[in-house]
Amino acid sequence: MEILVCIKRVPDTAENEIEVNRDGSDIERDDLVYSVNEWDNYAVEEAIQIRDKVGGSITVVSVGDEDAEEVLRREMAMGADKGILLSDNAFEGSDGEGVATILKAGIEKGNYDLILTGAQADDGAGQIGGMLAAMLDWPYASLVNIIDIVDDKTIKVGREIAGGNQEMNEMDLPCVLSIQTGINEPRYVGIRGIRKVASMEIPMLGVKDIELLSESVGKSGAKVKRLDYFVPELGEGAEILEGSTDEIIDKLTELLKAKGGIK
Amino acid sequence: MTQRIFAYIIHKKGVVDDTALEMVSAAQRLGIDAPITAVVAGSGDELGTVCNAMAASYAEVWKIDDDALAYINAEVLRELLVRILPTDGIVLIPHEHFGMDLAPGLSVKLGAAYLPDAVDFEGIEDGYLKAVREEYSGQVNTHVLCDISQGAVVTVRPGIFKADESQALQGQIVDKSSEALEEGRTDARRRYIEIVEAEVGDVDITKSEILVSVGRGIEDEDNMEIIFDLAEAMGGDVSCSRPVVDAKWLEKSRQVGTSGQTVKPKVYLALGISGAFQHLGGIKGSPFIVAVNKNSKAPIFQSADIGVVADILDFVPELTDRINEMKG
Ligand SMILES: Cc1cc2nc3c(=O)[nH]c(=O)nc-3n(C[C@H](O)[C@H](O)[C@H](O)COP(=O)(O)OP(=O)(O)OC[C@H]3O[C@@H](n4cnc5c(N)ncnc54)[C@H](O)[C@@H]3O)c2cc1C
Ligand SMILES: Nc1ncnc2c1ncn2[C@@H]1O[C@H](COP(=O)(O)O)[C@@H](O)[C@H]1O
Repeated sequence: MEILVCIKRVPDTAENEIEVNRDGSDIERDDLVYSVNEWDNYAVEEAIQIRDKVGGSITVVSVGDEDAEEVLRREMAMGADKGILLSDNAFEGSDGEGVATILKAGIEKGNYDLILTGAQADDGAGQIGGMLAAMLDWPYASLVNIIDIVDDKTIKVGREIAGGNQEMNEMDLPCVLSIQTGINEPRYVGIRGIRKVASMEIPMLGVKDIELLSESVGKSGAKVKRLDYFVPELGEGAEILEGSTDEIIDKLTELLKAKGGIK
Repeated sequence: MTQRIFAYIIHKKGVVDDTALEMVSAAQRLGIDAPITAVVAGSGDELGTVCNAMAASYAEVWKIDDDALAYINAEVLRELLVRILPTDGIVLIPHEHFGMDLAPGLSVKLGAAYLPDAVDFEGIEDGYLKAVREEYSGQVNTHVLCDISQGAVVTVRPGIFKADESQALQGQIVDKSSEALEEGRTDARRRYIEIVEAEVGDVDITKSEILVSVGRGIEDEDNMEIIFDLAEAMGGDVSCSRPVVDAKWLEKSRQVGTSGQTVKPKVYLALGISGAFQHLGGIKGSPFIVAVNKNSKAPIFQSADIGVVADILDFVPELTDRINEMKG
């Protein structure tokens, strides 16, 4: 089975406090630590498990600038066979539709049976997988946390729905799935693994290479444009307890007792 | 001509989802002076019940009735919607499990813009809808402009807009079934099989009055002990956010949120939890919420009553000791 996994390089929210820059044109990027979007690691792990069971190969692809190469390499160290970086000045400022359009053009240069994306990335949109599938006219399922390969034409997938219940579906290949966290336990990537793939070539493809004619990519083609970043105006919010730890605990235990929080 | 506004109604077994009336308020916030049409798909009597209920809140109700929609498959429905919706309409869909499945592809097939997970609208400027979104799990917000000239599919975050129960309309129910099904159904390349219910765990957190809830901030499985110790001292139960379940440190049945359990405790402690909307969506009944987080800007402090900016690994054991002392 030929599997493609779409991955995005994002600021690691576990490692950074995200702040807005002075004029609100961007977030403060100077000291940000970046990593692979959390959901994408689960998608790559799932691809590895499928390949190891039924054979085939895995390609990881990212739309981004040169820095995105490092996350592609990380996923190759994890076990993906190939990486492709889709990068061009003309891609800058693309909205979701633009990114999906670029991915589609890249995908048409290959031959894939299964495409995996993460359920969502740093802007919480959850849009790329569904748009890409519709553009390719392939079937789609979102929030997948079970995949069973039936044969080379069909798979069974479980979608996670409200209450943690599972919606089981049968799907025809080729198809696109967005992967939910918890589907597996992504393997650890050590420094040795990264070293092993350090010299592997990752082709960088631009507008000409993928024969992209669409007007819908880049800033000018975007139907959805980000105007600014801002810190939400704080509503009432929590009363923050101040003082020494002892004082805070005094106050807190008192409150908890009053509210029935200590039995 | 003004653009038409549509709201997709989620319902289950004849019961309308909370988002159905939230969409009324959301649509009003768009700043477009046009009647709002509810779109309701399903089959049989249950569908009729839902349509009647919606006619009180929406000027018009479009009904798609088909046996194949007894359980709605987003892929099948999308095709039917494309046949009946105008290409320049504004279609509001709740940003939840079904909406996320349907909406992105629907926008592509309608040739409309896609605006995901909007939390507020600030009106129309020169053919652009100005909206507010959150990024980085609510740490910062952005304003976006969405070109609505060729229509737009907009997903709306559940629980943000207040349900509008004030409407007393006698909306017209329009049966769109034959128009939607005129060309038949496409043979679905994704076929629904069944629902597998979530497993029941050792504790039922939906019944707990005191919940000590732990998130990714606990950092390591070995640290989980301090959470159980605190819960025991308080006489409560341990629940958690999603990453704790993903890491297999606790059972799925202890997960609070839209893809976990809906809880209604009196007191809820959020320890090392950032406060993502999918987590908060599982907390009902306005409990007294205490958040402990080392990041003073964590979004959880917006929803909590009381906040403590501290490292839970230090703070929680001290709190436990004090409670145990108090109890003697
Ligand atoms: C479709 C869908 C459904 C979902 N359903 C759910 C759901 O049902 N329930 C759910 O919880 N999530 C759900 N999620 C995931 C959700 O979006 C968030 O990713 C998740 O809630 C984050 O969990 P968290 O707050 O524990 O982790 P994080 O967001 O990583 O936050 C960890 C927090 O801990 C703080 N912290 C770190 N270390 C310490 C320390 N030592 N002391 C104090 N504080 C510390 C950090 O400042 C941070 O605020 C869903 C997502 C999707 C896409
Ligand atoms: N720039 C990108 N390059 C490759 N894949 C992406 C990119 N942006 C988003 N994706 C994929 O789409 C998923 C969902 O992201 P989003 O729709 O942006 O929330 C991610 O988990 C990735 O799999």
